[in-house]
Amino acid sequence: MLHKGKLYFIVISIILALFSSVTIAYSLSEQFKGKIYSPGTLKPIDSIVKLKVGDRAPDFSLPAVSGEKISLNQYLGKKNIVISFVPAAWTPVCSDQWPGYNIIKNIFDKNDAILIGITVDNIPTLYAWTNEMGNLWFPVLSDFWPHGAVATKYGVLRSDGVSERALFVIDKKGIIRYMDVHDINQRPYLEVLVKELEKLGQ
Amino acid sequence: MRKNIIFLLAMFGCLLFWGQPILAANSTIPSEGDVLPEITLSVPQNTNEKDYLGIKEKDAFKVSQIKARIVILEVFSMYCPYCQKEAPLVNELYQIINERPALKGKIKIIGIGAGNNPFEVEVFKNKYNIPFPLFPDASFSIHKSVGEVRTPYFFVIKINVDGSHKILYSKTGSIQDPNQFLNSILKIAGLKEEG
Repeated sequence: MLHKGKLYFIVISIILALFSSVTIAYSLSEQFKGKIYSPGTLKPIDSIVKLKVGDRAPDFSLPAVSGEKISLNQYLGKKNIVISFVPAAWTPVCSDQWPGYNIIKNIFDKNDAILIGITVDNIPTLYAWTNEMGNLWFPVLSDFWPHGAVATKYGVLRSDGVSERALFVIDKKGIIRYMDVHDINQRPYLEVLVKELEKLGQ
Repeated sequence: MRKNIIFLLAMFGCLLFWGQPILAANSTIPSEGDVLPEITLSVPQNTNEKDYLGIKEKDAFKVSQIKARIVILEVFSMYCPYCQKEAPLVNELYQIINERPALKGKIKIIGIGAGNNPFEVEVFKNKYNIPFPLFPDASFSIHKSVGEVRTPYFFVIKINVDGSHKILYSKTGSIQDPNQFLNSILKIAGLKEEG
């Protein structure tokens, strides 16, 4: 006859085995092998919306990984602007969202648009992380200090201090024409962004 | 005590039963010598691609139905920087195969975009001028059936005359040198250039 303790042990092992076999579906690039921290599934959205389509996009000035300071206003009158906030360096979905944008520069060019990537990580972290992505054609800005100030202005700072996964499409006059505060666990559909860009490009 | 044990045994049974489909969905990566899990793909709309694959089916086909002695299957994602770097190498491999009359038509390459929808696969195809067929796997279902491999991942499958098949190569990461990669495949497959 099996000992009671042993039985508990078996049941618990099975439960653990079952849990460990259920994984979130995302493909991990070999590039980031062993370097990605998985936060598990998070609350999809954890901030309060401050802006809406039709509003003027708040200006900001932030340091880029390349060393320069980049402000929103420097592009006004010249380019349509896409701001891509991603939650954090070295996390699963973010680590492949920008490499995707990195191969569609032609689509941005065709619609007279530029892309700005922003996270709340500091510059050294962003430097190491974006180097893994290859050469990015767009600037990556650090909203580290004062912590998440720009994310706060845009209403996308989460309660744990990282930003939402959010996209803002801003026209040449500085008006928000599309915004998507996306489920943090999922990558926004590329074709939706492309369609919004094409609307502005026309 | 006795009731406790019966209860635990019952739970144990339930868990075993309940666990089956979950465990089945989370399969391991098929390795050399194994058979590929059944992968069904949509027949390409593009007639050149359809002719390249040499499939007679109208809507859907299985990888093992591709008219070839060897099929090289790459699992990629347009979002994966390594796959982006790999794309020119796999194109080169395709060119080398097609320039060798004894291999052309015998070795075919296909790509499966893990988590990529048709739009994303098309972006990747256009960006790198990929000459062989790519298939979307937006729901990750194929990716899951091959053990959630890291991308890029290469399977090389030998298709036998009787329609059966066997995996010859199953590895993650770059093919490095396309010429050497091809030669090593030919060696494992025992495929003679004249043959």
